[in-house]
Amino acid sequence: MTRVAVVAAVIVLVALPLAPSLFGSYAVTLFTLIFFYAFLGQAWNIVGGYAGQLSAGHAAFLGIGAYTAAVLSVEKGLTPWIGMFVGGALAALLGALVGFLGFRFGLRGFYFVLLTVAFAEICRIVASNTEAIGGAVGYYITFTGDPRQLQFQDARAYYYLALVLMLAVTALVGVLERGRFGVYLSAIREDESASEALGVDTFRYKMLAMVLSSFLTGIGGAFYAFYVFSLQPASVFGIPLSVEIIIRAIVGGAGTVLGPILGSFILSPLAELARYYFAQSGWHGAHLVVYGLLLIAVVLFLPEGAYPRLARLVRRRVAGAA
Amino acid sequence: MTLLETRTLTKNFGGVRAVAGLDLAMTEGEVLGLIGPNGAGKTTVFNLLSGFLVPDEGDVRFRGRSLRGLKPHTICRLGLARTFQIVRPFPRLSVLDNVMVGALVRHPEAAAARARARAVVERLGLGHKASHPAVGLTLPERKRLELARAVATEPTLLLLDEVMAGLNATETAALVAVIGEIHRAGVSVLLIEHNMRAVMALSHRIVVLNFGEVVAEGPPAAVASHPRVIEAYLGEDHAGAAPSR
Amino acid sequence: MAEGSRPAEVRVPAPQGLTIDATLVAQGLLNGVLFGGVFSLMAVGLTLIFGVMRVVNFAHGDMMVWGMYLAWLMATRAGLDPYLGFVVCAAALFGLGFAVQRTLVQRIVDAPHEMQILLMLGVALVLENTALLVFGPEPQRVRSALAQSTVWLGPLFVDVARLIAFGVAALLAALLWLFLFRTDLGRSIRAAADNAYGALVIGTDVRRVYAVAFGVGAACVGAAGALVSPLLPFQPPTGLQLSVASFNIVIIGGMGSLVGAFVGGVLVAVAESLGAVFLRPSLKELVSFSLLVLILLFRPAGIFGRRAP
Repeated sequence: MTRVAVVAAVIVLVALPLAPSLFGSYAVTLFTLIFFYAFLGQAWNIVGGYAGQLSAGHAAFLGIGAYTAAVLSVEKGLTPWIGMFVGGALAALLGALVGFLGFRFGLRGFYFVLLTVAFAEICRIVASNTEAIGGAVGYYITFTGDPRQLQFQDARAYYYLALVLMLAVTALVGVLERGRFGVYLSAIREDESASEALGVDTFRYKMLAMVLSSFLTGIGGAFYAFYVFSLQPASVFGIPLSVEIIIRAIVGGAGTVLGPILGSFILSPLAELARYYFAQSGWHGAHLVVYGLLLIAVVLFLPEGAYPRLARLVRRRVAGAA
Repeated sequence: MTLLETRTLTKNFGGVRAVAGLDLAMTEGEVLGLIGPNGAGKTTVFNLLSGFLVPDEGDVRFRGRSLRGLKPHTICRLGLARTFQIVRPFPRLSVLDNVMVGALVRHPEAAAARARARAVVERLGLGHKASHPAVGLTLPERKRLELARAVATEPTLLLLDEVMAGLNATETAALVAVIGEIHRAGVSVLLIEHNMRAVMALSHRIVVLNFGEVVAEGPPAAVASHPRVIEAYLGEDHAGAAPSR
Repeated sequence: MAEGSRPAEVRVPAPQGLTIDATLVAQGLLNGVLFGGVFSLMAVGLTLIFGVMRVVNFAHGDMMVWGMYLAWLMATRAGLDPYLGFVVCAAALFGLGFAVQRTLVQRIVDAPHEMQILLMLGVALVLENTALLVFGPEPQRVRSALAQSTVWLGPLFVDVARLIAFGVAALLAALLWLFLFRTDLGRSIRAAADNAYGALVIGTDVRRVYAVAFGVGAACVGAAGALVSPLLPFQPPTGLQLSVASFNIVIIGGMGSLVGAFVGGVLVAVAESLGAVFLRPSLKELVSFSLLVLILLFRPAGIFGRRAP
């Protein structure tokens, strides 16, 4: 495996940082999105992949982070570099609430999914009806290109920012995976009652996972706000975005460190292709059909995700060559 | 020293009294066998002891401390570990990681827990499968894994729920030996069993349960020849079973 | 507006400071009950699928929307009134449900529940967004020749459309009951629901039974969609709202309970109808989702619930 590790290190430390100088602007944008959605997918992975609590409403956390950072910046002049943490904290509060309600009331599986969807939709409706933040029409941020306000003229700055986010959260998950936190979460996912019998405070660890996951997603929301510059409740709190978040982890391999990254590298180009191909119909729901088909295919044929299957193939290749 | 005692422990499900005013006591260092026909309430007792069920009446005291209302994970940390009748391994985790979950109770630091888990895995004869996912294990191996996980929590009292079920004579004898070793290392054991050979071999004392109540109690030989027990449960062919101690 | 004498105005304070008279409330109640017939049919489909296979059909609302679009197609292309054409919708959705079960769900019957959820989520995505691609995002409504008129019942008016919808829904429910309790296939379905292994042992082709059950559940919702298409403007995203309404009903009434689905259907329809009387339209959805949260927290077993998933 060390050969693979070396290759990976080269890619991460050398190729990716150098890439923007070689790429055209379209590729830079594509990669920025790949990294960003990998970041979100990895944040979701903590509670959805490792702890096994399927949340289909993570857009709620992103939306809260986005609106918080945006409003604080526009109304109060608070730099989003700080605003993102406020947004993350508020998102974590909602995450704690949803987690508390779900876990205290023993909601598992499909019931928990419904709870998360309901909260995301409630957020969407409330935001749509709150004129102070733009209502259904949306909230707009004026582009100034001031780095102190988390705005950059150069698209490459966003590339690097997204790359750093992705690497940081992946490193975090990698460290947590081997420690007590990660092992406990995996145990909870596999069998909650058996975990309880072995001394695992399942409520506490599920809450921790939920809070951490929602906090990180909220921070991602701030990035989103200052990358897109306009927030609409329907897009920022909506189910399509929640799907974007979870599908990368699921396709790539939920509960693995590299799964969300691999998933993002597979899905973002695929989504772009689908969008391009169906451009005539004028509706960008096309890539969601692809997502749906992909979800079905993964569940039927590749339930553990692409990364574990790939890792096995590579291992066999390496062993065969040895 | 009384390690465990229950006082008028009662649990009803709808109209059914699963456990009816049970008074049980165990001393430190004992191996207590809990037997009785299917539906006698044995697993319900385990669920009550380990915190998975809340008693309707009565109390459970472990080392003098009431367990009433405590969550299962707290009870485990206090030193009372249990296995499940239908084994519940963590399927996608390796054998080592499975046992590590238990080891983390006394060794919260991951590296130490992993080392401790490895020792337990070796001791229970699963060393060759340490990095295999639990889902691929054979039944006897799963039983050992279930046992290993509970042992890794370094309990004072181990509740074993039909650990021998589904094992053949050789496997049973091997597991009996392992449990004997665990006991000699200082762990008290309360076991539910249908396998008479195992119960007789391991227990200092046996309690017979039927309809949620104690029907008979005493050393294995006495219980085995108790007429009420024989007619209600053991049946004619076991009437002559002699304890092999 | 009303013929005959008007009852005394009863002032009921409402959040916006409006005064609502009792007639409006009574009207809301009546509309709700009539609508409840269709809601019940929708919920019965969902609970049947869950009761038999322990699968939660996340695509339920989206299947209903397809029923609505099929009704719309028949009305606009073939001039077929939805109150006659619902049979076609039911048949088409039966086929869809049967196929989904046979080709997709059957493969993961033994898989962890998360997999089932994700699978049906995928199906929902495909159905909803295919509808978007094919029909576009604008809201549609179906015109029904049969249902243009209104009938007066004292101070209240009854939409003939709603009346027919209620009648047909009740009829279909009765037929479903007959099917489940009086035919061999229906008995097999109930047997498989109670005890799949037992059913297998006595020689039931459990896979076929499951597929039929799913098909019947989908047919219910297809018919419900057709019946409701003249009453409700619909667009592809309506699928989610309908799914949520279905879940609300089924969870209140008890997962797997047919009677519960009926009672729940009327209850939820009345609640929504009364909600429309008192609240702004945009807040109606909020009520729906908040209701769902409350139901999830406090009644997962439901009124008639026999088992929790």
